[in-house]
Amino acid sequence: MNFTSDQLKIMDSIIARYPRSRSAVMPLLHYVQALDGYVTPRGIEKIAELLDISTAEVTAVSSFYTQYRTEPAGEYHVGVCINTLCAVMGGDAIYESLETHLGIKNHETTADGKVSIERIECNAACDYAPVVMVNWEFYDNQTPQSVKDLVDSARAGNPTAPTRGPKTLRTWKQNSEVLAGLNDGLANEGVSAGEATLLGLKIARGEK
Amino acid sequence: MSKLTPVLSANWDDKDSFTIEGYKRAGGYQAVTKALAMEPDAVITMIKDSGLRGRGGAGFPTGSKWGFIPQGDNKEHYLVVNADESEPGTCKDTPLLLANPHVLIEGIIIGSYAIRANHAFIYLRGEIVHVYRRVQQAIEDAYKAGLLGKNIGGKGFDLELTLHAGAGAYICGEETALLDSLEGFRGQPRLRPPFPAIAGLYAKPTVVNNVESIASVPAIIKNGVEWFQTMGTEKSKGFTLYSLSGHVNNPGQFEAPLGITLREILDLAGGVRTGHKLKFWTPGGSSTPMFTDEHLDIPLDYEGVSAAGSMLGTKALQIFDETTCVVRATLRWCEFYKHESCGKCTPCREGTWWLVQMLQDLEDGKGTEADLTKLLDLCDNIAGRSFCALADGAVAPIISSLKYFRDEYLEHQRNGGCPFDPVASTLFKTVGA
Repeated sequence: MNFTSDQLKIMDSIIARYPRSRSAVMPLLHYVQALDGYVTPRGIEKIAELLDISTAEVTAVSSFYTQYRTEPAGEYHVGVCINTLCAVMGGDAIYESLETHLGIKNHETTADGKVSIERIECNAACDYAPVVMVNWEFYDNQTPQSVKDLVDSARAGNPTAPTRGPKTLRTWKQNSEVLAGLNDGLANEGVSAGEATLLGLKIARGEK
Repeated sequence: MSKLTPVLSANWDDKDSFTIEGYKRAGGYQAVTKALAMEPDAVITMIKDSGLRGRGGAGFPTGSKWGFIPQGDNKEHYLVVNADESEPGTCKDTPLLLANPHVLIEGIIIGSYAIRANHAFIYLRGEIVHVYRRVQQAIEDAYKAGLLGKNIGGKGFDLELTLHAGAGAYICGEETALLDSLEGFRGQPRLRPPFPAIAGLYAKPTVVNNVESIASVPAIIKNGVEWFQTMGTEKSKGFTLYSLSGHVNNPGQFEAPLGITLREILDLAGGVRTGHKLKFWTPGGSSTPMFTDEHLDIPLDYEGVSAAGSMLGTKALQIFDETTCVVRATLRWCEFYKHESCGKCTPCREGTWWLVQMLQDLEDGKGTEADLTKLLDLCDNIAGRSFCALADGAVAPIISSLKYFRDEYLEHQRNGGCPFDPVASTLFKTVGA
């Protein structure tokens, strides 16, 4: 199946952001994932053609970075932080209970295609540990039960909203499109900062 | 009164702090007007004089970095912001960008003007979509306001700003790996020299600065060098973000003068988790050798932490109480470095693999005392033998935990396994589990 002319126009606009075209390989890979759900052979071929490099060079890049997938992600891709701090504070317990709850292992997807899971590294929200990301949106201060409820809500088609993010959780493909640089207009949704972020400021002002 | 000095964080509790209107209402984009009325060299001098040092970990003077860019060379220059925050424990740039992306953009305009760059890039970690949205919207709004693009502020200065999402690779926080990644390659560090100031992005003179470093620039330009120097210590000037996490009653961001101590921050945060006591902590992320309760009064500035045998790093204060197994913690960090090793240098690629196997045996109670010697010998053959500092980071928790908790390693052997109950260290042993 070929990419549509609108999709090709978007690819051209991504390339135009850079002084040298090859720099566009990463956003183009994000864009392919937005369309296809993972880095597909047709995506690799198109990127190679557009950037005038070999498919091997595109694959070398996509295989280096963990966000680029070789198989489709679930509609809701759940990452549980299992780096030391989150793991110790409950991330390991959350991850184990999630595997049991869904009956799948790391990097697998539920049979209905709704939820995939991944053990992820530190996601820069340690003051909200234990942290879970769904489609790379923050779910702060999680427990095994809250994460079970979260994936159940997602499978039921009504996912719990992120803690610090848009009002409604978008799908994995939709969020991949954002990472390709396509503005979805949701920047103004959600809080400016969570409670932990503001702690020092409030203490400094004598409000805490 | 607390020692805290909210500057970067001063407007974060405004509901619209991340919008251009919110930022301007808080005094934003005044510094850029002032800077564009100065000579570029005068801007560099001012940042040099302020004593601002890199907030990404290394602490290199920001103004000196800018001064290394050759001028009058008829080449393109680039400013690249390292927003690939992923050092375990580090969580300062992410909330900053979520709450106020415009302060970074203002700093980028000033920095680019100073080094005579007409194209700047933000290399943003790809694993936090909402931060991408906020930064992207801020860039679009800055273009609309004439703060980016052609003839900024009518001063004849042109600047394009491109936002670039990473895709999950810790190594891209290393500046030369970041540049390779931005050029469209696998993110692997380059051998230096040449340094980026001579041959950086597309082999052109390039400055790579951390988010917090660049975000600190507008306040310095606006309020002056003397004001900045009222904060901090002799060689570590100014304010900075300390990120407190782990087994504490109230984790969060604390913006304070460099040189504050962990004891002071813990006092503000309500202390270590009630009923528990501090066991070990990192001053600046997992790559900085760990400290214990002996180090509560060390001034958290570049010199103070270094003199005590660690590094200030990213000021990521990860607190672990006595319920935490230090071998488990160290093993998990080491697994991270093994996973994130880019594979370019043999000591790191192979060495981290070996380290994980040995640490796993030790955690499982299958290690011996002789293994501890071998482990340190391995560390000695890994650290300092690669292009970049990733491998140095990998051995830091091992060497430091052995220094302070050697007997705990041996206790695993005597006990035939880990003597700790992992449930005791979680936050929800009584609720919600």
